[in-house]
Amino acid sequence: MTDVARRIAAIWRIEGARVVATLARMTGDLGLAEDLAQDAVADALAQWPQSGVPDNPGAWLTAVAKRKAIDGWRRRERLDERHRILARDLQESAEDEWQPIPDDLLRLVFTACHPVLSREAQVALTLRVVAGLTSEEIARMFLVPVATIQQRIVRAKKTLAAAHVPFEVPDPSEWPERLGAVLGVVYLAFTEGYSATSGDRWVRRDLAAEALRLGRVVAELVPREPEVHGLVALMELQSSRFAAREAPDGSPILLADQDRTRWDRAHIARGIAALERGDALGRGRGNYALQASIARCHAVAPSVEETDWDEVVVLYEALGRIAPSPIVELNRAVAVSMATGPANALRIVDRLAADGALRGSHLLPSVRGELLARLGRTEEARAELLAAASLAANEREAAVLRRKAASLAE
Amino acid sequence: MPKYMLIMRPQPGAALFSGELPFEEIINLVGAYNEQLMNAGVLVAGEGLADPATGVVVDHTGEKPIVTDGPYGEVHELFNGFYILQVSSQEEAVEWALRMPPAIARGSKTEIRRVTDDSDFAEFEGNEYLEKEKQWRKELGTE
Repeated sequence: MTDVARRIAAIWRIEGARVVATLARMTGDLGLAEDLAQDAVADALAQWPQSGVPDNPGAWLTAVAKRKAIDGWRRRERLDERHRILARDLQESAEDEWQPIPDDLLRLVFTACHPVLSREAQVALTLRVVAGLTSEEIARMFLVPVATIQQRIVRAKKTLAAAHVPFEVPDPSEWPERLGAVLGVVYLAFTEGYSATSGDRWVRRDLAAEALRLGRVVAELVPREPEVHGLVALMELQSSRFAAREAPDGSPILLADQDRTRWDRAHIARGIAALERGDALGRGRGNYALQASIARCHAVAPSVEETDWDEVVVLYEALGRIAPSPIVELNRAVAVSMATGPANALRIVDRLAADGALRGSHLLPSVRGELLARLGRTEEARAELLAAASLAANEREAAVLRRKAASLAE
Repeated sequence: MPKYMLIMRPQPGAALFSGELPFEEIINLVGAYNEQLMNAGVLVAGEGLADPATGVVVDHTGEKPIVTDGPYGEVHELFNGFYILQVSSQEEAVEWALRMPPAIARGSKTEIRRVTDDSDFAEFEGNEYLEKEKQWRKELGTE
């Protein structure tokens, strides 16, 4: 990349979302807005090396894109009354000073995460138009070919156009569900980076960091929504463990075995602050805030033994009620084993095993093996751990489980 | 994502020290800029420093260190405050520096430096002091 191209990429990271959002409001079409903005970026790449970078590059890009929209419509105005009016309206507003409207960014976020789009299309489009990443960057972080991301974005734009999705903030009646979709997109991008079991770990960390940045942006757009702060808190607290959760050879280190001195205190402090910001709204804790509260219990504990396990159990009970899932129940069992011993926990795990909801996952036998080992039922424990190893999708995780099975005394 | 420190270095005649801006106006301008950084999700830390006239200098350039009162002998040594931004690239850090409010930044220079991280010390993994430092960072809450 040339110096100017790198500079344009940086400007796009800062201004891109607002440029696209402004154009989408003017044209009523997010897909068209993104195409126009990209054309304007191409003009910038061609012109700025000679002309220099304008004082207000965001305004320049918006004005150029607007002119392209008007020219495009002019060519079609004889065909169609609607385009004639659009061109005239836009012409009238074309000379205005560029004043991005804060609500445009919110409209952009909601439109990119619209329910007519598949989850993976929402993620790709959001990273593209809200976070300002290139298709190449998104592809690199998701370990897929660039063409795959480009296709997802093209399809997403077509789908929005086909469904006539308005460039609007949702109705109050739809708000909780639509906000849930936005937060789901951010958290999916985060976990894709955080829980990655393959790929360059620095690249995956970048994806998690991008998701966190996106989460902070959304939190400032809807600061009155407790769950957005819960989500930011959860991502901050999980990010604090990045350096500690992987051995130099890349094998995962379980929470209990992590060197807590390597947890990032700045992330923890920001996570706790975000959680408190959500709590201060006085509307209770939702799914993300509860998960973040659990993460906080771990983050502030000097050791596994000194963790407030009673509190963790209570939080998992609450989480299990508002968002029931076998994984939450399994985690509750682990917390119960720490709070009141393995026998109580084993009863929960056996009930889960009987339900069959986690059949095929290595998680249930690995927890069950651990509990049996603590109860001194060594033979059964070894069998469970080996069963878990054979189910683990990741070879490094399987190796950890086999080592654990082998280390059990005869 | 890398972190960069933006170091504010006012030069002689900098707008900030000219007295032409009421202090509340400075607070409002800097606050609006900080709000942009917050809204973009890039601000990690930042501090301002008190009047340089109240500072002292320990000068190590001679045979022995000498302590002198402020103000500084060389004005280009002035350092007035800093931001730490977590951004995609050095170019993005530069773009943020370009967006500082002109009324505040006029007559200043902003130096931009990458903050070192684990990867800069990878070849010294296991060094006794690097290990201790991890503990210190925990105690200081600066990690």
